[in-house]
Amino acid sequence: MRLRQLIFCLLLSIAALSIGSVRAEEVLAIIKVKIVPVVGEDIPQGTILVRGHKIEAVGSDVAIPSEAKIIDGQGLTAYPGMIDASSTLGLYEIGSLQATIDYRETGRLNPQVLTTEALRPDSMHIPITRSNGITAALVVPSGGLIPGRSGLIQLWGSTPPEMVIKSPVAMHVELPAISRGGFRRQAGPREEGSRQLEEVKELLHQARFYEKRKIAASKNKILALPDFDEKLEALLPVIHGELPLIISVHSAADIRAAIKFLQEEKLKGIFYGVSQGWMVAKEIAQANIPVIFGSLHDLPPSWEDGYDALYRNPGVLRQAGVKIAFSSSSASLAKELPYHAAKAAAFGLDKREALKAVTIYPAEILGVADLMGSLEKGKLANIVLAEGDILELRTVIRHVFIQGQEIDLSSAYTEFLEKYRKRNEKKS
Amino acid sequence: MKKTIILSLCLFLVAVGPILAGGNLLLKNGTILTVTKGTIPKGDILILDGFIRQIGENITAPAGVKVIDVSGKYIIPGIIDSHTHIALSGTNETGNAITAEVNMRDVLHAEDTSIFTAISGGVTTIHTLHGSANPIGGQNITLKLKWGKKAEEMIFAQAWPTLKFALGENVTQANRTVAGGEERRYPASRMGVVAIIRRELQRAREYIAQWDRYNEWQRLKILNRPLLPPCKDLQLEALADLLRGKLVARCHSYRSDETIEFIQLSHEFGFRVACFEHIPEAYKIAKELAAEKIGISVFMDSWAYKVEAAEGIATMPAYCAQQGVLVSINSDSNERIRRLFNDAAKAIKYGGLSEDEALKLITLNPAIQLGVDKWVGSLEVGKHGDVAVFNEHPLSAYTRCDLTIIEGDIYFDREAYLKERQEAQKVNPKPKLSGGGQ
Repeated sequence: MRLRQLIFCLLLSIAALSIGSVRAEEVLAIIKVKIVPVVGEDIPQGTILVRGHKIEAVGSDVAIPSEAKIIDGQGLTAYPGMIDASSTLGLYEIGSLQATIDYRETGRLNPQVLTTEALRPDSMHIPITRSNGITAALVVPSGGLIPGRSGLIQLWGSTPPEMVIKSPVAMHVELPAISRGGFRRQAGPREEGSRQLEEVKELLHQARFYEKRKIAASKNKILALPDFDEKLEALLPVIHGELPLIISVHSAADIRAAIKFLQEEKLKGIFYGVSQGWMVAKEIAQANIPVIFGSLHDLPPSWEDGYDALYRNPGVLRQAGVKIAFSSSSASLAKELPYHAAKAAAFGLDKREALKAVTIYPAEILGVADLMGSLEKGKLANIVLAEGDILELRTVIRHVFIQGQEIDLSSAYTEFLEKYRKRNEKKS
Repeated sequence: MKKTIILSLCLFLVAVGPILAGGNLLLKNGTILTVTKGTIPKGDILILDGFIRQIGENITAPAGVKVIDVSGKYIIPGIIDSHTHIALSGTNETGNAITAEVNMRDVLHAEDTSIFTAISGGVTTIHTLHGSANPIGGQNITLKLKWGKKAEEMIFAQAWPTLKFALGENVTQANRTVAGGEERRYPASRMGVVAIIRRELQRAREYIAQWDRYNEWQRLKILNRPLLPPCKDLQLEALADLLRGKLVARCHSYRSDETIEFIQLSHEFGFRVACFEHIPEAYKIAKELAAEKIGISVFMDSWAYKVEAAEGIATMPAYCAQQGVLVSINSDSNERIRRLFNDAAKAIKYGGLSEDEALKLITLNPAIQLGVDKWVGSLEVGKHGDVAVFNEHPLSAYTRCDLTIIEGDIYFDREAYLKERQEAQKVNPKPKLSGGGQ
C-alpha cells in the first residue's frame, strides 16, 4: 500500500515536472507592437519575447527563435499588466448577500486573519477585471482597528495557491474615516486617529513582551512558555520590520499622527486613502511613506477642501515626491483602476506618472518589483495589448497574458449577453 | 468673529455661481459636438436671451454680448441626468406602500451642495425622483440646475409630469432585517407588488368613473337638486391623472420578468410608461422594450450590489441602444453625477457605440425621456443655451469640465472658482487640520 502510494507520488511529480518543463520551453513572440515598458523609453515598434512564464527580451531588434509562436501586434500597444493596490477581489460577490462577503471579520482586532486564505478564484468579478488589463491585485481586509493581513494575487488561477504571488504583503490598520462635509452635516470625530494609534502601540508593546517571554522560556526550562496568542503571533513580523503596516488614514491631523507613530515605533509603513494628503504632502514625502489612494470616485471629505480635492490630491503628492499608487478599492468595479489614474491626470498629475502609479509604483510599494510592474527582461510575462492608451475609457483591450499564458477575455459582460442575444435578434 | 469671516468666505467660495451674463453669450473657436448635426472642428455658438441663435464659424457678437474664447476646448450640450435624488430634502415616504399624492415639488432644496457637484461635471438638467421604497411612490420633477437661484426658478415647466413606481427588492424590503415579532410591510414579495399596484389602479379607474358620472349628471341636470360630489382623494387624483394620460410612469425595475409584468399592467389599464429605471437585465428583453417604445435609464456599470443587480452588465447600454431601445445613462448618485461623461465613454468600449451615440446617452436620449428634447439635449438653433465646455474631448478619460452654462448664464466656471479659492486661502492660509466639515 505504502509502496504504491510512493510510486504514485513519484509518477505524479514526474508528470508535473514534465508539464512544467514543457511550459517553460514555450516561446512567444509579440511582434510589430508599440511597446510602453513603463521603465525605460517607449519603443515605437518592437518585439517582446516570452519564454515560459517570463519575459526574455524586449526591444526593437530582438532575434525571434524559429519555435516561437508569433502574435502580430500591429496597431496595438503593449503595456505591463496593471496592479490594483487595494481591492476586495475574491472576497466579494454580491453586496447585499452577507454570505458572499468575506473581507470583514467580526470584532476590532484581527491581525491573525489573512485575505488570501479566503479567496474565491471563481469570482465573477475577476474575469471582468483582468479583461481590462489588470493582472494583479492586493486583496485587502477591512473593518475594525486591525482588520487583518492582505496578500497579492494574480488574476488567473483555479485555486488560491495558484493565484497567490505574495502573501502576506502587509498588516492593515484602519483609522476612522472623515465624516462627510457639507453645510448641514455634523463635524466628525476629531483627533480620533491618534487615540486609536495608541491602542496599536499598546498591542505592539504586548507583542514585544510576548516574544521576550517566549525567548526566555526557550532558553530557560524553568520558565513556562506564554499561552499561545494568535493575534500577538501575527504581529511579530511587524515588530521585526518584516511585514509593513498599511495604515488607512484620511484627515491631515491623522496623517500627522500616523507619521509620528511610524517614526516612534520604527516601523515600515504605507498609507492608504490619504484624502487630505495634499495638506501635508511635504511631511509625507519627508517621512518617505508611500501612498495608495482609495477610490477617486468619491466626494471630497470636507466641502472646504474644494470639489476637486480628491482629483488633484495625487498630483500634489507626487509633485512633493511621494511614491503613489492607485487602487480600485472594489471588486465589482475593480476594472475601473485605470480611470482613477486618468482622473488624477485630468487634474494635474503627469500622464506618465499616472501610468506608473498603476504599474511599477504599486509593484515597488508592495515589494514585487522584481516580478512585475514593467516590461523588462526577467519579469513575469504579464502583458496587455491594447488598441491605444491603456488609461483611456474608450480603449479596447485585445490580448492579456498572465505569466506568458494568453487569457480568455470573456466574462459575465460577454457571457450573459450571449445568452440572450439570440432571443432578441430572432425575427418573429 | 474670525470664525464667522472664514465661514462666510467659505460660503462665498462655494457659492461661486451664478455669474450672470444676462442670458447672452458668444462662445468662440471651440470644437462643437452638436450630437445631432455633426461636429464643427472650430466654431462659435451665439446664445441670446437664453436661446441658441446661431451655430457656425466666424460669428460676431452683437454689441454688449460677452465673448468667451474656448480655443482648443470642446462644447457639448448640457448633460441631462434622467434619474437623481438631489436638490430634495426628502426622498422616500416610507410610512405607506402607496404614496402617489406625494410630490417632490414640495421638498425642493435649492441649497443642496449636490447641485454644485453636478454642474462641476457639466450637468444642466436633472429629473429628481421619489425613492424606490414604495410600489407607487410620488410625483417627480425636472429641474434646471441654476445654482444660486430659488427652487421655483429651477423648475423645467415643459417637462412631463411623472409618477414613480418601483418593483423588486427595494419594495419588498428583501434586505431589511425585521425585529422579532415585527410583521413585514405589505407587499413583501413580487406577487404582492403586482397585486397592490393593480388594486390601486382599479381604485383609480372607479374613482374616475364616479367623477365622470357626477360630471355627466351635473351637465345633464337630471335631478333638479344639488348633487353631492364624490369625495376628493389626492392619492387617487394622481393615479387618475396617470390613467387620463396627464402623468407618465417612471418605473424602477431590476429583473426582466417583473418588467414584463409591469408592461402587461400598463396595457391592462392603459397608461404610459415613459421609462424603466436601472433595469440591469434590459438586455434580456431588448426586443420587447424596443417594440413598446419604452426608454430605459440605466447605470453604465454599477452592479452586483444586490441579487437583482447581479446580472447587470456594462455591455447592456450599448447593446440595447443598438437594438432600438431609447437608452440614457443616469447617476442616481450625488457623486457619479459629476462624471456621467466618463460613463458614456464606456459604451464605446463595451459595445462599440459611435461617439455621437455615446453622447446621446447623456444628452438627447434623456431629454426625449423627459419630454424636453424640443428645448434641450443637442446643440441646435432654437434650443436653450445649455452648454458644457470641456478642456479635452468629453469622452476622454483625461477630460475636465471647465464651464457649465444654462440658458446663456454661466453657473460653473472652473477658472473663476480657482481664483476665488486662492483668494480665500490668502485670508486663511493655514490649512484646516481637523477632520470634520462645517
